[in-house]
Amino acid sequence: MLRLLANRFGAMLLTMLCLTLIVFFLVNLEPNLRKLSISQTNMRASDEMIERWLDYNGYREPFLERYAQWLGVMKKQPARDVDTGEPKPRFSFCDEPPVATYSGILQGNLGCSTMFRQPIHERLLPALQSTGILMFWVMATMVPSALVIGILAGMREGTNTDRTLSVVSITSTATPEYVSGVVFTVIFASWLGWLNGSAVTATTQGVSVYNFALPVMTMAIYGMGYIARMTRASMAEVMTSQYIRTARLKGLKFHTVVLRHALRNALIAPFTVIMLQFPWLLTGVVIVEVMFRYQGFGWVLVEAAGNNDIDMLLSCSIVSVLVVLSTQMISDIGYAYLNPRIRVR
Amino acid sequence: MEYVGFGQIVLGILTQLIPVWIAIFVVMGLSWTFHRKLSLYGRIYESPAGLIGLFIVFFWLFCALFADLISPFDPLEQFAILKNKGPGVIEPTTGLVQYLGGDKFGRDVFSRMISGSQIVMVIAPAATMFAFVVGISLGLPAGYYRGKIDSILSFLANMVLAFPVILLFYLLVTPGIRETALPQSMAGVFFIFPILFFGMLFYSRFRERPQKLMWQLAIVLIFGGWVYISLVFDADPFGVLSLEPNELNIFVAVVFASSPGVFRIVRGLTMDIATRDYVAAAQTRGEIPFYVMLWEILPNARGPLIVDACLRIGYTTILLGTLGYFGLGLVPESPDWGTTIKEGSRLLRLYYHPALPPAIALMSFVLGLNLLADALREQSLKD
Repeated sequence: MLRLLANRFGAMLLTMLCLTLIVFFLVNLEPNLRKLSISQTNMRASDEMIERWLDYNGYREPFLERYAQWLGVMKKQPARDVDTGEPKPRFSFCDEPPVATYSGILQGNLGCSTMFRQPIHERLLPALQSTGILMFWVMATMVPSALVIGILAGMREGTNTDRTLSVVSITSTATPEYVSGVVFTVIFASWLGWLNGSAVTATTQGVSVYNFALPVMTMAIYGMGYIARMTRASMAEVMTSQYIRTARLKGLKFHTVVLRHALRNALIAPFTVIMLQFPWLLTGVVIVEVMFRYQGFGWVLVEAAGNNDIDMLLSCSIVSVLVVLSTQMISDIGYAYLNPRIRVR
Repeated sequence: MEYVGFGQIVLGILTQLIPVWIAIFVVMGLSWTFHRKLSLYGRIYESPAGLIGLFIVFFWLFCALFADLISPFDPLEQFAILKNKGPGVIEPTTGLVQYLGGDKFGRDVFSRMISGSQIVMVIAPAATMFAFVVGISLGLPAGYYRGKIDSILSFLANMVLAFPVILLFYLLVTPGIRETALPQSMAGVFFIFPILFFGMLFYSRFRERPQKLMWQLAIVLIFGGWVYISLVFDADPFGVLSLEPNELNIFVAVVFASSPGVFRIVRGLTMDIATRDYVAAAQTRGEIPFYVMLWEILPNARGPLIVDACLRIGYTTILLGTLGYFGLGLVPESPDWGTTIKEGSRLLRLYYHPALPPAIALMSFVLGLNLLADALREQSLKD
């Protein structure tokens, strides 16, 4: 078990290293750097000014050297002022020492956001917290409803209930967030007027049904169908097994058989599926947060990507890769733990 | 502004779609008559859900084919006086009806929805096919040889899968990227796979018969090379095939994002099928590994792969919609469903008629594909 963990952990680190290198390469492509320097100096900067800005801020150093500096295994040179050439902190809103130091992610320094004019952690942590709240409510509505639909459909395979619920869950997997968001907003906000079509107030005034139900519903719908389908398949398989027949034949009531005997084994597979839903949710978070103007992780990501905010994009990719890989790991370990047949000794 | 009533709107749309109804009637009628002879495709006609799915898919397919016949207006033509007008508004100069109203530039929502289907129908299946060829070409050796090749390829696939799709698209599909050689070089790598795949397919089968092999390889090379040159370098000598730089960019990004998923499925299936007796028989006969992979394992993995292809075309459609929704890659006035949903959802509280039709169109198409995939899975399990 320990070796498995160590292996997975090593693979995870390697993946993160490779991915951040790719992201680093993409955000440092010449057109992107020019876009950044134009937005950072002023709109009418001459080519010469842009070149000097890029040079003095250290964007012209060799690529791998800069990646090493960002990692924190090489010393980062201080930036120089464009007019005087004197060393000065790159950004007024972020303190950087005027001498060469090790300051990368290994030292816990995520860098500065050129878009939000803040150190990354000051912006990213509250955003992650907001997204955490959203995720919590999405999970809290999506998982139970998906499990109920899946179990109801799977316990009596082939009946009308099963067919209806299957169509419901297929429909929900065919409804991406930007479609259900539009449909729900039209129904619940424009037409009935029950809910607020924007979640801006959720960050300032706290979460309420009025401002939060729409984003949560929108996100939950897309993931729900898939979990329900998996639960149904797993439930249907368990219901045909020998021990369920035995339980039925010895005269137990149907609901006892379902709740006591079938459910425990039927829920192993959905557990993995639920954990593997997180990467999907990450995409959903971006769409929903942009759609309902909720200032969480996804919103920050989109803003950063639109302005080529290098440090912010790198931090966002670290966060998302961490989420994806750790949920994968939890699902593997959880599966081994829940299923006695493949438990690793 | 003059409007026509609800009944006339419904009737009008149904009449506009007459070419589609006729085509569906002919195709599905013929298939129904001969459905016992049509193997897996014919058996879809035995399940009601599959029939509905097939109907929806055919509906959008023929909408895309006959888009010019169906749409009353040019999808890009703007009418200043029809701005945000509701469904059924009559355009005064021509007397034509905008059945689903006008959007914020007075463009016809109905015509835009119909031409949006063209974009989806071209890119989604084509990108999925390319992703399948890439996934199969890499998944077969990984699952068959295992060991180092498998570890390296699986690591790469998992890496791409660990990347959140949206971040990947924000980094890969931007105007800035198009100034560099990146999309072209990625296309250069991806589009070589079909040539390799088909070349290997024929070589492994007919390597003992050089005469037959010669002309097969020649066809693969000439045809594949023609497609390769026209798509990657946009230099088709005949001027038939061409891809705009932004379309190439989207195409490459979509193939890149979905091929690791195919790779994983193919790898898993290969590992399973490689233990069968007929594979052992082929190995004992002394067939080369590529023959075993391409002519023994692949045909026997077709069932799950067809089902997955259906689902994946739907997923690609959703991805394209996401790209459009974030304004990535496609031009702002493009009538594709994602872009129109984005445009419409800005003014959603005031006018909801421009946003709903493309949203429902996208959903119904993906639903049709999902129902189809479900029916196919059920029917292929009956064997």
